[in-house]
Amino acid sequence: MNLAEKIIAAHTDKKEVSPGEFVNVRVDLILANDITAPIAIREFRRIGVSKVFDPKRVVMVLDHFVPNKDIATAEISKMMREFCAEQGALFFEVGKAGIEHALLPEEGLVLPGELVIGGDSHTCTYGALGAFSTGVGSTDLAAAMATGDIWMKVPPTIKFIYHGNLGKWIGGKDLILYTIGDIGVDGALYSAMEFSGEAIDALSMDGRFTMANMAIEAGAKAGLFRVDNKTQLYIKSRARRPYHVYEPDRDAEYAKVIEYDVSGMEPQVALPHLPSNTKTVSEVGGIEIDQAVIGSCTNGRLEDLRVAAQILKGRKVHPRVRCIVIPGTQQIYLDALSEGLIEIFIKAGAVVSTPTCGPCCGGHMGVLAEGERCISTTNRNFIGRMGSPKSEVYLSNPAVAAASAIAGSIISPAEIN
Amino acid sequence: MLKGKVHKYGANVDTDVIIPARYLNIYDPAELAKHCMEDIDQDFLKRVEPGDIIMATTNFGCGSSREHAPLAIKAAGISCVIAKSFARIFFRNAINIGLPLLESEEAVDKTDSGDILEVDLARGQIKNLTKNLTFTASPYPDFMTGIISAGGLIEYTKQRLASRRV
Ligand code: SF4
Repeated sequence: MNLAEKIIAAHTDKKEVSPGEFVNVRVDLILANDITAPIAIREFRRIGVSKVFDPKRVVMVLDHFVPNKDIATAEISKMMREFCAEQGALFFEVGKAGIEHALLPEEGLVLPGELVIGGDSHTCTYGALGAFSTGVGSTDLAAAMATGDIWMKVPPTIKFIYHGNLGKWIGGKDLILYTIGDIGVDGALYSAMEFSGEAIDALSMDGRFTMANMAIEAGAKAGLFRVDNKTQLYIKSRARRPYHVYEPDRDAEYAKVIEYDVSGMEPQVALPHLPSNTKTVSEVGGIEIDQAVIGSCTNGRLEDLRVAAQILKGRKVHPRVRCIVIPGTQQIYLDALSEGLIEIFIKAGAVVSTPTCGPCCGGHMGVLAEGERCISTTNRNFIGRMGSPKSEVYLSNPAVAAASAIAGSIISPAEIN
Repeated sequence: MLKGKVHKYGANVDTDVIIPARYLNIYDPAELAKHCMEDIDQDFLKRVEPGDIIMATTNFGCGSSREHAPLAIKAAGISCVIAKSFARIFFRNAINIGLPLLESEEAVDKTDSGDILEVDLARGQIKNLTKNLTFTASPYPDFMTGIISAGGLIEYTKQRLASRRV
């Protein structure tokens, strides 16, 4: 069995599972946020059970519209706060939280070999830890909160092997954008992606989170990495319960194996309005921007902020551009502060926001007007994603976003000197 | 038997255009329906009539996990969605809340916007009354038929929990 099959099988009563099979899997953690929780809570009440299956395995995070942007979102936050208090479930309050997919791994709430479902499509982020995690909707959350399990179709797995060395300014974002550009936004539909190869071994944990995060942008159910020393090091200080590491069998079966040589790869940019609409940064050539966003569950981690700060240090954001930097969690914010990164951003003329999804989904804190263009380290550039349906979003890594903020148009970080 | 007029779209219709995130501070289906498809088709709500059918090519419903998307479509009066393929989470969500989905390449290729279709869900049969053609959709796996015939995942879960208790 491959990695996905091993983890799924371990959460059923079966010894083996194979693609296409429908199984009921036990879940180790259920996540809901301020978009998916209200419907999940409403549907949970309809089931007629009074208690969630295990309060320590239900976690709710306020991140999309926090600090509350209006009365409606304040009501949603209140409903979640009260539900978690009533159930004894884990709840992350404003000021002690961050963007769910940066927060949960940081808190040690997701561990290798676990099976996690979340009411958010980017729940696949935890694949970086060697966990099988996938996004579901609110009714699924409600049923799983009641029963502790969920129905699932075992996905076929596509294996991706990345050969070669990563160049300067190249990170997980470039590898995954390149991959999505190659296979398309439905290139891994209904499938799991397994990432491997020497370029992956060389990639930091933050870079792996970025890649797993965007597996959904290829239509995948999950994006998985094998556990290595880097993973163990990340987990060691965080894990508060035992976990199990699974390895794919040598003779594991894959629906497809796709190999890339990434040596000499240029930074990638996804043009509006699909993440698969990728070009190299030099092919994009000088498109003027109004806003640059550095943050989100894709690229709002410490390493991302360090890269951005390296470029912004001692320079000024272009007068026409608003540059918005959003650390992913309170801890990342604090680390960035003690490393002096926040000061660099502010001196460069960027605004630094409290951890929130904010502009990523057009919620608040940086919504775009008609005709405006934004370069963003987020994961989606669909029509209207960040605001007006007549605005445009370009996706890139933090280095390209920071360089573009200075230049006022999309350029390669290599061109900033 | 479902019957309605077709509203046809292309590939990769994402959840951000089905119901933009700026409306996700609401979760009442009727309120959500007022903004359904507005970012790609401003006249959708003016044209749509109860029972109508949304049709699309590949990867319908890609993007976020928001159940608000199938809820908005259902509350707008759409009786079913027919596409060549669906995004995974959207597929689950629709089945779970009782919005029927059908996959048929041929039906999508040979049907135009405005055609009248008659759909027999139990038999997976799609009749194009305007063009006098009949198509067959891929059948649901048995497992899913259980959820659909229970009337959605909540009812199905109630039944499961009740049978566990005996
Ligand atoms: S940062 Fe963006 S993609 Fe990530 S959870 Fe928030 S809204 Fe979703």
